[in-house]
Amino acid sequence: MSVILVFLLVIAGFAGWWLSHQRLMAKPWLEQGAIGDIIGLEGSALPTAKIGLGVFLAVVGCLFALFTSAYFMRMALSDWQALPLPRVLWFNTGVLVLSSVALQCASVAARRGQIDTVRLGLVTAGLTALGFLIGQLVAWRELTADGYLLTANPANSFFYLITGMHGLHILGGLVGLSRTTAGAWNGTPPERLRLSVELCAMYWHFLLFVWLAIFALLAGWAATFIEICRQLLT
Amino acid sequence: MVDVTPADAVPPAEVAEMELYHPHSWWTKYVFSQDAKVIAIQYSATATAIGLVALVLSWMMRLQLGFPGTFDFITPEAYYQFITMHGMIMVIYLLTALFLGGFGNYLIPLMVGARDMVFPYVNMLSYWIYLLAVLVLVSSFFAPGGPTGAGWTLYPPQAIMTGTPGGQDWGIILMLVSLILFIIGFTMGGLNYVVTVLQARTRGMTLMRLPLTVWGIFTATVMALLAFPALFVACVMMLFDRALGTSFFMPAIVEMGEQLQHGGGSPILFQHLFWFFGHPEVYIVALPAFGIVSDLISTHARKNIFGYRMMVWAIVGIGALSFVVWAHHMYVSGMHPYFGFFFATTTLIIAVPTAIKVYNWVLTLWRGDIHLTVPMLFALAFIVTFVNGGLTGLFLGNVVVDVPLSDTMFVVAHFHMVMGVAPILVIFGAIYHWYPKVTGRMLNEAMGQFHFWVTFLGAYLIFFPMHYLGLMGVPRRYNELTDMTMMTESAHDLNSFISIMAFLVGFAQIVFLFNLIWSIRHGREAGGNPWRATTLEWQTPETPPAHGNFGKELPIVYRWAYDYSVPGAKEDFIPQNVPGSFGSSREPA
Repeated sequence: MSVILVFLLVIAGFAGWWLSHQRLMAKPWLEQGAIGDIIGLEGSALPTAKIGLGVFLAVVGCLFALFTSAYFMRMALSDWQALPLPRVLWFNTGVLVLSSVALQCASVAARRGQIDTVRLGLVTAGLTALGFLIGQLVAWRELTADGYLLTANPANSFFYLITGMHGLHILGGLVGLSRTTAGAWNGTPPERLRLSVELCAMYWHFLLFVWLAIFALLAGWAATFIEICRQLLT
Repeated sequence: MVDVTPADAVPPAEVAEMELYHPHSWWTKYVFSQDAKVIAIQYSATATAIGLVALVLSWMMRLQLGFPGTFDFITPEAYYQFITMHGMIMVIYLLTALFLGGFGNYLIPLMVGARDMVFPYVNMLSYWIYLLAVLVLVSSFFAPGGPTGAGWTLYPPQAIMTGTPGGQDWGIILMLVSLILFIIGFTMGGLNYVVTVLQARTRGMTLMRLPLTVWGIFTATVMALLAFPALFVACVMMLFDRALGTSFFMPAIVEMGEQLQHGGGSPILFQHLFWFFGHPEVYIVALPAFGIVSDLISTHARKNIFGYRMMVWAIVGIGALSFVVWAHHMYVSGMHPYFGFFFATTTLIIAVPTAIKVYNWVLTLWRGDIHLTVPMLFALAFIVTFVNGGLTGLFLGNVVVDVPLSDTMFVVAHFHMVMGVAPILVIFGAIYHWYPKVTGRMLNEAMGQFHFWVTFLGAYLIFFPMHYLGLMGVPRRYNELTDMTMMTESAHDLNSFISIMAFLVGFAQIVFLFNLIWSIRHGREAGGNPWRATTLEWQTPETPPAHGNFGKELPIVYRWAYDYSVPGAKEDFIPQNVPGSFGSSREPA
């Protein structure tokens, strides 16, 4: 359970940092007046939707951290046999990076008000994300063709489970992205379009980060890394 | 010390007005509503309905335990199904949904001075997914093989094997699917509760001016958002084991003389995941109760809450600590002694902030102008009950004491006191307190008093004897004791006594339900602020509050939520949105 505890420690650190800016030492019973005006303790200047997405991403991060924790605990048991990773995963990683870059371009363009670049970026991101999902299915097909079936070994089960869960999150993101893309053609006001493009970009970067972490986990590098850390500590 | 001069010349509100969704038809106003207040009532009604099912299930269990062998329809399998569904419904579908979905939705926007939740559409979706989860759960009663009988902890491997009711039928699958749906729905609601507190507070409502109710619900929601994923992961993996034949949790096992295809999995892994959710869940239920009780006591004792800052810190501290105590539910799983030692220590440490809260409640009462209204009675009963349940928790937190007691009725008594009876008492108190705001009428006082005394005394008559039975070694999870030699002669009838008390307390709830319905039409007119309370929900222009809560302009907050009996003030309470400085003689508390 150490992975999830480290993850929660990061969240707790963030929460603590935020709380420390909220005057927790205040003595509210001595203070009267609209002090919010003076000290500026109103809600953050960030758009509410961004904060909402941020909280949601923390929950998603928690979910994947828990899968990782379970992965390591199950891995320690004797019947574990690592499976060879299909080469297509490298290609998929590249495609997902492209997708993220495209959305970043779209988000920059939205800030500058270049609607054509925004449209191009959104469509590219959508297509590459679809490409990533297809690539993941190809990887599944390859593994099953080579006899690495879901139930044959816990390593296989985790591979399908975690990549599947990540794919579902990409799929959910695609729903949001397609709504944004439709909005880019149907004349959403530029301010709203910019916000929703930025939200998509944020979600995409996060899922790319999660994918890189899972990739390292499934390839076994994460375990090696932790082993090295453990040896350094002891 | 920041003593801001009376702010009569405050510029107009700078908090951005939110765009409200305006319903166009009866359906979007009352059924598919995006108004948090309607969603709150939908959540509460659904949770109460399914909670009544769980109440009836507990009667079935008590019928069997009190009068074993009398009722043919309660087979051992049925008994386990009743236990499982009773526990799961009460903890998740009633308590969690009612505190966060019900009270959270109703009170957060009103108390922080917002027009509505920040994502109303997602909020609506949250309720409908919750309802779907409840329906899936209920459908398992009608599935072939009936609901699962694995115990509310659903431990594998037994949960998905033939001997357990529902293990190889639909029961366990429907249970897992229902939980997964519940978590998805809750996450949608939870995002709303958290972000509304972060972003939609009205002007002047700093975090340290929030009523403790909001602090409790806010912290509990943050915890739930981080803890429920653990249950989600456990459910998904178990579903894979059951439906697809993987071996995440399933060890190599022989069933009815046949080797199953599973092998190598770890049931302990499930226990870690389950309790990583399960322990924070206790505080997800308790923290809103702590918050609400603080407000009830302060209002009905006409006195500011003692140690407000400490109360806030304790809530946050308990929330953080509750994530590092989960393995105290697993002392009997054969863990490393140092591991147990660590978790016993953290468990005992969590008693410190909890005790601070209890002291502060008692000190709030000290020399207060106590009005023994029905909500106040329930609040006081909560303090007593929570201390009772908490003290037995100190017993069970120690490994050496827990190991012999772990499988006895003592544990049943402990957790019912601390997370069953105590939060339910707060729920009742809160309903008596806020019902006038929701409906505009008071609940009937006489029926309320009757309901309180029967429930409070009855609950003690049910659960106190259970401690005694447990100490004598009466095991839990047994549907019938064929051998009673471990009990003293005089205790042989205790189980029948407990059962009769359980029926009485259950029937008393009918009076409460009748009161709820009767008072909508026949209750005394309440007016806008019957308890003369300070918080913003009592200052709305209309009662019940209209869509958008606060009329034309959002209130501006000038003070904390506990200005009761301020020396020098005209009345014994000053609402949060009243400007001006009163009582210069006030000493720092």
